Amino acid sequence: MRISRRVFLKSGGVAMIGMSTMPAFLRRAIADTPAPNKKKLVVLFQRGAVDGLNMVVPFAEPNYYALRPTIAIPQPTSGGQEAVIDLDGFFGLHPSLQPLEALFHNNQLAIVQAVGSPDPSRSHFDAQDFMESGTPGMRSTEDGWLNRSLQEMPEKSESAFRAVAFGPYLPLTLRGKASAIAIPDLKQFRLYGNPQVTEGGFESMYAQTVDQALHGVGQETFEAVDSLKKLDPDNYQPENGAEYPKSRFGKSLQEIAELLKADLGMEVAFLDSGGWDNHVNEGGVQGQLANLLGDLGQGISAFHQDLGDRMEDVVFVSMSEFGRTAHENGNRGTDHGHANCMLVMGGPVKGGKVYTKWPGMSDGQLYQDRDLAVTTDFRSVLGEIVTKHLGNQDLGQVFPGFENDPAKFLNILKS
Amino acid sequence: MLLAAVLLFSGFSGLVIFAPRADAGNTVPANLAAVGKKLPKSFASNLPITQLTEDEAILHALNRLAYGPRPGDVERIRKMGLEKWINQQLNFNSGDDAALDGKLSELKTLGMSSEELLEKYPPPNEVAKQQGITPEEYRQQMQQEMEAKRQELRQQGMDPAQIQFETMPGPQRIQTELDLATIDRAIYSDRQLYEVMSNFWANHFNVNVNKGADRWLITDYVQHTIRPRAMGKFEDLLVATAESPAMLFYLDNWLSADPIAFQQMQAELAQRRRRFEGIFAGATTPQPGEFPQGGAADQQMQMRLPPKKEDRGLNENYGREVMELHTLGVNGGYTQADVIQMAECLTGWTIRAPRKDPQFFFDDRIHDQSPKTVMGKTFDYGGMKDGLEALHMLATSPATAKHISFELAQQFVSDNPPQALVDRMADEFLQSDGDIRAVLRTMIYSPEFWSKEAFRAKVKTPFEVAVSAARALDLQTSISPQLVQWLGRMGEPMYQCEPPTGYADTADVWVNAGALLNRLNFALTLATNHMPGTSTDLDALLGQDASTNPELALSRALDDFLGGEVSSQTRVTLEKQLSDPQILQARLDDPVKHVNEGLIAGLVLGSPEFQRR
Repeated sequence: MRISRRVFLKSGGVAMIGMSTMPAFLRRAIADTPAPNKKKLVVLFQRGAVDGLNMVVPFAEPNYYALRPTIAIPQPTSGGQEAVIDLDGFFGLHPSLQPLEALFHNNQLAIVQAVGSPDPSRSHFDAQDFMESGTPGMRSTEDGWLNRSLQEMPEKSESAFRAVAFGPYLPLTLRGKASAIAIPDLKQFRLYGNPQVTEGGFESMYAQTVDQALHGVGQETFEAVDSLKKLDPDNYQPENGAEYPKSRFGKSLQEIAELLKADLGMEVAFLDSGGWDNHVNEGGVQGQLANLLGDLGQGISAFHQDLGDRMEDVVFVSMSEFGRTAHENGNRGTDHGHANCMLVMGGPVKGGKVYTKWPGMSDGQLYQDRDLAVTTDFRSVLGEIVTKHLGNQDLGQVFPGFENDPAKFLNILKS
Repeated sequence: MLLAAVLLFSGFSGLVIFAPRADAGNTVPANLAAVGKKLPKSFASNLPITQLTEDEAILHALNRLAYGPRPGDVERIRKMGLEKWINQQLNFNSGDDAALDGKLSELKTLGMSSEELLEKYPPPNEVAKQQGITPEEYRQQMQQEMEAKRQELRQQGMDPAQIQFETMPGPQRIQTELDLATIDRAIYSDRQLYEVMSNFWANHFNVNVNKGADRWLITDYVQHTIRPRAMGKFEDLLVATAESPAMLFYLDNWLSADPIAFQQMQAELAQRRRRFEGIFAGATTPQPGEFPQGGAADQQMQMRLPPKKEDRGLNENYGREVMELHTLGVNGGYTQADVIQMAECLTGWTIRAPRKDPQFFFDDRIHDQSPKTVMGKTFDYGGMKDGLEALHMLATSPATAKHISFELAQQFVSDNPPQALVDRMADEFLQSDGDIRAVLRTMIYSPEFWSKEAFRAKVKTPFEVAVSAARALDLQTSISPQLVQWLGRMGEPMYQCEPPTGYADTADVWVNAGALLNRLNFALTLATNHMPGTSTDLDALLGQDASTNPELALSRALDDFLGGEVSSQTRVTLEKQLSDPQILQARLDDPVKHVNEGLIAGLVLGSPEFQRR
């Protein structure tokens, strides 16, 4: 089929190098095993540290209001659009996250509160690295937890799209031995010029190069370009009336949905969003954070709607490097804090519940007298997803140095 | 640490001993100091080049201390001598040269102050307010105006790149002009090392143009804060950035205040206002929330309205980043308590009004006057001296010397620079009071800089890809907003890094599957003259005789663009492509087949070899 040109190009090499070092696309072509009915994982990183206490509000916690005189979200009893959306009598959603309310009550959405990294760093880039590598406190880790979770899995899919980051580069989360690809813009994911010359020329140059770093990168890129030729991103129509927000986040989610529906073998997708570092004028019911949360809620809800029945195999999980101070600062914003919240959404999720060991927000309960304390390690949440959903049982490899005891899972997923 | 250095270099020779180095008190591994082919004294003179040939050394210098070779550069340096060229580069410390004059004069905003920019290209929301319409209405109004202008210019036959530029919203134009200036300087200036350093510091002291008022403040920041100090003393640069409206706004320090002092100030202001109103007793005072209508007299009354109740207090954003990113480094030994007290030292460092009167000013009224202790040192001078002394402590800390030296070595030598080199640079940093030029000199006069391992070890960032390709092609640029946009597509939109870390400089970030595609497409677009606002004359560059001879065209492109530093695999692969009918095309009116030189050049500029410097 469409491998013919490549096989022709490189057929000389096949005999010499044999199966073990054979390019992935050839192995695929020979084995020709599609990977049907696979579990998919979508990971969102909210860069800059989202204010989890205003995202999922502990409205029954009196100190929440005492510590945040101008940015707190009013209690649900105050009613209407201007208040917390009550979820369980203690926690509620920021009103901008209204699109998530139905997902929660349909048991598709679970929330983990007071979750985070045990490392005390309040440095964005350290904390992001620690969360992405999955090894808090260890700066030397060079690969990401999501990449490792693929490395240790039986190779079911040899797709060039097995792991995709939607953005101009590969995040640490996906860096490592297992092949992963960055897609800056699905609509532009093709090579210019006459394919015979440009693709042929570049592909063989990168296939032949002795430059170790660039060799594999080139090969994976051209495989992906080839596979994507059958897609038509310009004319993608979301289904079930889903409307994605017109933001970078919305665009990425839509591209993920499109690739998932195309059955190109994507198992894990990564996207990130920014703007969460609100030191000044964070706002309450309205304002900077409210706008970003509106984008978040609308995007997740559209994604769920668009995928329809396919959500049965999809888990979406969000994270952010740390939370923000329990008290607001001198500029109606919040500074770098500690614990945060995570959203877990999808068919396999036991939703409709806020999973937490709530640490409280009174004096003596706050971490270092200023931040929400971490009572759930983020690796326990991710560990459960990696094991139960992706099917990787070797959590010691994925999260080295962390005893990820399945007996201690929060049991956010059904099985 | 010495042992680590030995192990790092033991790959070069089996025998590892230490020998004293002539020009520094420190030691370097002997295998780098003495072994290898010596270059002619006149050419390299005191440069410790032992592992590279003359041509390699010149290419290396052009790829590291400049943005890659332009046609004729290698020959020129060979003639003048490498050390002389390097010393010239080290001595440039400011300004633009003749090679650039014409180019920059087209970019009018470059010479404007922040006030002028705010006046000429006002923030859309403020204009909307003045016109009494909503921002959305104003946006639509502008869109219609611009569309009409676009039609008009199209009819006049203006070039598309120029039209895009002329119909840009004002604030975006400021940014595009700055981006173009930076690109042009990197392509054309003879003061290459100075340009590399200016961009290094603008990235180290990152400010994101997309944050509010920073769009109007960034030009002044680059022009007057960073560039004049790029080769000077680190502490000057640190203090200048700390006082710059752009940084004060970006990392929120302009709003940081001692909460108690702020309340006192508010109380005093209120009292003064009451006294002032007493003088004008009888005048009607508007009630809170009631706005007076029209007229200059009413404006005066508006000033007498009770201020919006607002508390201001400490903001620790800048206090943290100045230690973590700008000076000590994340492992620099500070604690959360140090972050807070550093921020307290810097209270009162503010801006008069970011969108009206964007000047730095020290407001003693909101400064925290209590004693503050940062990393064991107490600051109790009062006033601005608290901040200045605290910054002085940071600028002269050994942790800062290490952190900055590491970043420089990572930029110029390799992603994991030899520790011994970083140590020697850090020593020089401390001994020279943070003299940037002296630290660079130490680095350049180190054998590690010229080692075989460092040669072509760095992967280019998107900016480096774009500029080095432009230099290789001897590109002519007019106004090219598309060139600016391509940097965004390749993942490095200029002055738009959101986190304060700035863009990474290491291969792990820039080399990945998928992202590579945009580099290849960029090379093709540029070389085949499909980038509006730019042009390259490949007939002139590769020679007339190459225009009908594909083999000659390819071999010249490889020589010119890569200095002949190309693997046999790449060469053979490219030679195979030459037989494709796309490469050699006949035109209807001309029986002679012409080489598609753009395609050949594009393939060479997209080769694995060109991704490295």
